[in-house]
Amino acid sequence: MSYPSNVKVVKIPCTGRVDVLLILRAFESGVDGVYVAGCMEGECHFLRGNIRARRRVEYAKRLLDEVGLGGGRVEMFNMSASEGQRFAQCAQEMTERVRSLGPSPVRKGKGVLP
Amino acid sequence: MIVGNRKEFGEILEKLGSRRRVLVLGCNECVTVCGVGGEREVGVLASELRLFWQKEGETFEVKEHTLERQCDYEYIDSIRPFAGDYDVILSMACGAGVQYVAEAYKPQLVIPAVNTTFLGVTLEQGVWSERCQGCGNCILDMTGGICPIARCAKSLLNGPCGGSSGGKCEIDKDTDCAWQLIIDRLTESGQMERYEEIQPVRDWRSGRDGGPRRRVREDLKL
Repeated sequence: MSYPSNVKVVKIPCTGRVDVLLILRAFESGVDGVYVAGCMEGECHFLRGNIRARRRVEYAKRLLDEVGLGGGRVEMFNMSASEGQRFAQCAQEMTERVRSLGPSPVRKGKGVLP
Repeated sequence: MIVGNRKEFGEILEKLGSRRRVLVLGCNECVTVCGVGGEREVGVLASELRLFWQKEGETFEVKEHTLERQCDYEYIDSIRPFAGDYDVILSMACGAGVQYVAEAYKPQLVIPAVNTTFLGVTLEQGVWSERCQGCGNCILDMTGGICPIARCAKSLLNGPCGGSSGGKCEIDKDTDCAWQLIIDRLTESGQMERYEEIQPVRDWRSGRDGGPRRRVREDLKL
């Protein structure tokens, strides 16, 4: 079982920690896509962390649509901690999606006034 | 608190025009609590601007800064050392804050990023509701603590009207009829005799009809 090497994992204690700013900052730093891998809905240790994360991902999609990057570059997936196969499958699915969307038109540091 | 909505990104871009040195200025008070113009929202809008202009291959500078309040001069004055470095101040405060910043930094261009909407309360996390219109002549003692000016679609002083049905207002099935709420509350508190008092035609000069309002407390002046 393996997942694409282009996926960089950022560990957080719960997807409830995900804030839209974290997602936007990632795009500002030049990533082509972001996905949030949360626990199964209804199984959050903190009760609603993954539900809140999903809403924030939806909000981030709207913001990315507004700025013209496209909401498809961000997604939320749910899986249990024991589903390594599902983790790899989601990584593959998101990689393929982002590859089809092409590189992000945003590149770090580009265009900043002195 | 004062509640607002952030303007659409497209409208903000349109207002900015060709200006690319932007100071995004937040306010730590009401607009922070209603999630529209605090430090976090400043970060989101600034990030959106950077992403958009980077995508467009433009050169720009976006600075994020949030004041304790934009309705008090001493806080506004604190940005004087750097405010002039920007083509435009994009204020995320309520209309009062935007105007006071514009007044303090004339002739610099100040653009609102927020539509100020109402004086209200937090019903639950993420949900706010209008409660006051600042009419300048409070009658909440007579109406069971429920304001017919702000909460009745017609601002009736002797309600309800014929549009009240099943406790809801005809404008929207999710909007309570303020006068139904008033009657229920007066009944519960044994004050229904209040309802029998016919309210005379109101003198609206204490509200906006009297022109812009100003309040002076001589004892507080320095």
